[in-house]
Amino acid sequence: MERVATFEVLESGILTTIQDLGRYGFSQFGVPPSGALDTFSLRVSNLLVGNEEEAGLEVTLIGLKIRALKEVVIAITGGDLSPTLNGEPVEMWRTHLLVQDDVITFKKVSAGCRAYLSAAGGFVVPKIMGSSSTYLSGKFGGLEGRSLRRGDILYTSNSSPSFDKLGLRFPSDWIPSLGKEVLLRVIQGPQDHHFTEKGIQTLASSFYEVTPQCDRMGVRLEGPRIERRPDVEESIISEGLISGAVQVPGDGKPIIILTELVTGGYTKIATITSTDLPRVAQLKPGDRVRFKRISIEEAHRLLKEQEERLKEFRKIIQNQALAVGRIGGDR
Amino acid sequence: MGLYPKTIFYSVGDRGLLVEFGDEISREINEKVRRMALIVQDDIRAGIVEVVPTYRSLLIIYNPLLLPLEDLKKRLKRIEEGLQQAPLPEPRLTRIPAVYGEHYGPDLEEVAKYHQISPERVIQLHCSKPYLIYMIGFMPGYPYMGELPEELVTPRLKTPRLVVPKGSVAIAQRQTGIYSMESPGGWQILGRTPVELFDPGRDPPALLKMGDLVQFYQISEKEFQEWGM
Repeated sequence: MERVATFEVLESGILTTIQDLGRYGFSQFGVPPSGALDTFSLRVSNLLVGNEEEAGLEVTLIGLKIRALKEVVIAITGGDLSPTLNGEPVEMWRTHLLVQDDVITFKKVSAGCRAYLSAAGGFVVPKIMGSSSTYLSGKFGGLEGRSLRRGDILYTSNSSPSFDKLGLRFPSDWIPSLGKEVLLRVIQGPQDHHFTEKGIQTLASSFYEVTPQCDRMGVRLEGPRIERRPDVEESIISEGLISGAVQVPGDGKPIIILTELVTGGYTKIATITSTDLPRVAQLKPGDRVRFKRISIEEAHRLLKEQEERLKEFRKIIQNQALAVGRIGGDR
Repeated sequence: MGLYPKTIFYSVGDRGLLVEFGDEISREINEKVRRMALIVQDDIRAGIVEVVPTYRSLLIIYNPLLLPLEDLKKRLKRIEEGLQQAPLPEPRLTRIPAVYGEHYGPDLEEVAKYHQISPERVIQLHCSKPYLIYMIGFMPGYPYMGELPEELVTPRLKTPRLVVPKGSVAIAQRQTGIYSMESPGGWQILGRTPVELFDPGRDPPALLKMGDLVQFYQISEKEFQEWGM
């Protein structure tokens, strides 16, 4: 694929990786999906810059500093990590045109945990098993299977900036809200029958705090112990995992599993819904969560609603591009 | 209980369906998983995102907007009816070399002591038969294999190690496995293999696959160090 050097990494930040929507179809070989933890934010940032589903940067907390090596259209979504452009605050959830030597940094965590930066054309890295996502434990995918380092050069596909996307904004009522107390909707099971009614009620009615053991593999929570039935074991025969599974090991404290595991042997009391997984991506130590059980039908309705919104946004983008075209010129 | 008289379907979140055939590790149950996985993988249609075959269940991740849950359930129940007729490929036997003991197998002595046999006898027993690969999971290319000879059935380590070197050959309870990548681990390490179990650039990326057979054979430290030269 044609590629052009587009950014230089001046500071790596706490953890920045290249991610797309994940690597699927290889779990039979023990390969987990990896991919962006907040898929909604990555998808919106891609749509804003005119990409389909390309790889973007997943920026964790603060510190990343990158310099543009050429003109490039970008968009930043997700957690509010106080992004700046040449030292000035830069608006999120909209497109911007960077020129050579422009510097983007993420200075301070205002809300959430992970921001997503997409560039027109998408970030180009060798695809491993069909995906550009970084699998950190496996040390493959993304940029050499690791997080970004000072001195790295990031490439995008060889496309000229699309000026018809400039000034495009994601409707503000559709921007997910971020807070220190987060509600996570879950579907009960599949091993909910391993827990007592009291245990299930504890999950549904308690606040849990996010501990420092919180990374791409999972989020460990601290709070009231979830009671298990005395006649069942804490572990089960290893079975497949879905991102968002809420495991409860022997100590009774829940762990939310994310995208870096394929199989596991702990009992799972509930699973976070597709629409609320991005909220987990925005959790950081000290934040608090509460779980709410909903039905599968309700979860599917929420998912449909989300997808309708994204379809609606695509229409807005198309209309805007047409409008610019009509006004005249490509500038 | 063993093989369930009626297969159980569990919903997992709003995009997973777990098909559970039984509640123990057995060849009969595992074969059902394998058959269904092969049929589903072969008949991938819009809406199926991932298929995860494990010891006694198959997890299917689907896109509910493309494939309604009820349709998926109906399809799987139909597949289940015709399961025994589904052909299974002939298992392939892979012989895996391993250097046993010393710093390659730090638990060999303890395992021998636990069973009151000599370390040589442990090695002999470990190499004595082909093992069935029940599943690949936990990490890329990691094979879960069984069953070990009765005389080698050993519990996991009380305290897992923070670092198990890549290639470590290990046992726990009735199973034996090979750490395809360095990672923390709680199994008893008997030795190490120089063979690469996983290469992301290869197609398929894993050397071993579910349903195949593995038999270990002992090599010397010298052969280990010179492997592939």
